[in-house]
Amino acid sequence: MNEASLRDRHDAETPPYPVETIRTQFPILARKIRGRPLVYLDNAATTQVPTAVLDAVREFESTTRANIHRGVHTLSQESTDAFERARERLAGFLGLGDQHGLVFTSGTTEALNTVAYGLSAGDGVPASLGPGDEIVVTGLEHHANLIPWQRAARRSGATLRVLVPDTDGRVHLDGLASILGPRTRVFALTACANATGYRPPYETMLRMASEAGALTVLDAAQAVSHETLDLAALACDFMAFSSHKMYGPMGIGGLAGRLAALERLSPLRLGGDMVDWVSLEDAAFAPLPSRLEGGTQNVAGAVGMATAARYIDEIGRPRIDTHVRRLRARAAEGLARIDGIRVLNPDSADSAIVAFIAREVHPHDIGTLLDERGIAVRTGHHCAMPLIERLGGGPTTRASFAAYNTDEEADRLVEAVAAALKVLA
Amino acid sequence: MSEGDALSDLYQELVLEHKRSPRNFGTMESPTHEARGTNPQCGDDVKVQLRIDGDRIEDIRFTGSGCAICIASTSMMTQAVKKGDVASAMALQERFRDVMTGKLETADADLGKLASFSGVRRYPSRIKCVLLGWHALGHAINDATGDDNGGTSA
Repeated sequence: MNEASLRDRHDAETPPYPVETIRTQFPILARKIRGRPLVYLDNAATTQVPTAVLDAVREFESTTRANIHRGVHTLSQESTDAFERARERLAGFLGLGDQHGLVFTSGTTEALNTVAYGLSAGDGVPASLGPGDEIVVTGLEHHANLIPWQRAARRSGATLRVLVPDTDGRVHLDGLASILGPRTRVFALTACANATGYRPPYETMLRMASEAGALTVLDAAQAVSHETLDLAALACDFMAFSSHKMYGPMGIGGLAGRLAALERLSPLRLGGDMVDWVSLEDAAFAPLPSRLEGGTQNVAGAVGMATAARYIDEIGRPRIDTHVRRLRARAAEGLARIDGIRVLNPDSADSAIVAFIAREVHPHDIGTLLDERGIAVRTGHHCAMPLIERLGGGPTTRASFAAYNTDEEADRLVEAVAAALKVLA
Repeated sequence: MSEGDALSDLYQELVLEHKRSPRNFGTMESPTHEARGTNPQCGDDVKVQLRIDGDRIEDIRFTGSGCAICIASTSMMTQAVKKGDVASAMALQERFRDVMTGKLETADADLGKLASFSGVRRYPSRIKCVLLGWHALGHAINDATGDDNGGTSA
């Protein structure tokens, strides 16, 4: 396509979305799967990594690697600096203010466990949860934002209450209003349901819970790669996210939050680097963030994640967001036209995820036939069994889009699903 | 075309026909043995019930939901062991499992129509699917009490 025709298709002030350039920055997209070009639509499970991130990790490991906060030698100091620069960059990326802090974790799961354990353990700081208190979660959650709260309730004697979605998988403000009360200590919800792509009105819900006096927890794993998350503008005490869902390395993520809230957490991991002093009988914990970062940190991961954040902002989150929503809508429309397909939350216009159920055809069979065409999707329960049960219809097939996906790939998904149903139904 | 590979390897017409019309599908009054197999990864869930008289499998039924491979494999399993003796059923179960896990060549296994599933070996993520009903069969027979032993994660 030449420049003139590109100009015809776009407003003069809006440059075309540079998807072909972006694709060249992700080496894995050159792979063939079973003889076909890879169509990677499992981004809600893990996004791929651009060369900029690979280079930053390699550069750190090749020139700077040493353990942090420990030695007086040059590499240790440089490594510490790199780690703290990564923290600063990510704090900017997520809109943290002076009243906020950021703790590195292995990912969203560890971040949510850090909060649920930290509020219920009562070790080092008084437990924030006790008998008579209430924890409110929603029925949209990934298991990582549900099971830790089940245990926190058992451990502390608090009661776990669930904001149940309607049969279309949506939660409602009046439902939340009726479940919040003077005993609500914690409210935890997702910024986007990983199993369906439904985006709850989390800004309003966090505010309602905060005004009711609860600590608020946001699972931002599915939003962080394309939604502009401005923590200072949210009534949010804790926000969890993962690097590997935002074009960064696996095994690193974070817990961002209000310092006053982070101070209330008993550390999940006890050990090196998280103490002020240790005797044989006792120890005093270090101040934040070290207190919650016991053990050797994934420094290269932090460097890679910070580079991924910069990469995202070089393209621009609003542009990525527009792009993935458009692809989601295109795929959802095409899939809904196939006889026998039910698209979940078909009208979720603000999401990168589309999930569907095929009448009489199991998602694993669809997934296998899609893989034959090089198309990677997720099938099953998506670590959200209560939501899948609530929606009825059994396990689902999920396609999820990222900055590097194209219209053609969305169309190939639709064609391949139609062809699979022809074989299997 | 590559899609043809999956069609000839996994989704042969016989397999699809059993998926569409599974044999011996339904529940049984007063089974002597039963067991359930589940795969939490994908939600496949089959329950196998038997009526065993002496050493003979007088009747076998299954219920549940799962992918085409799981349902067809369980359906053909019930056909293969019904009205046969328990020892033969267990021997067949072992040979089928050994073929699927690569310990035995299909040609040496005397599987009859069940050889239709030998292509599943090339799809490691699907071996659980093809074995789920067979694991439930083994658990049902080996479980002398006949109680549902649940959660047979194949």
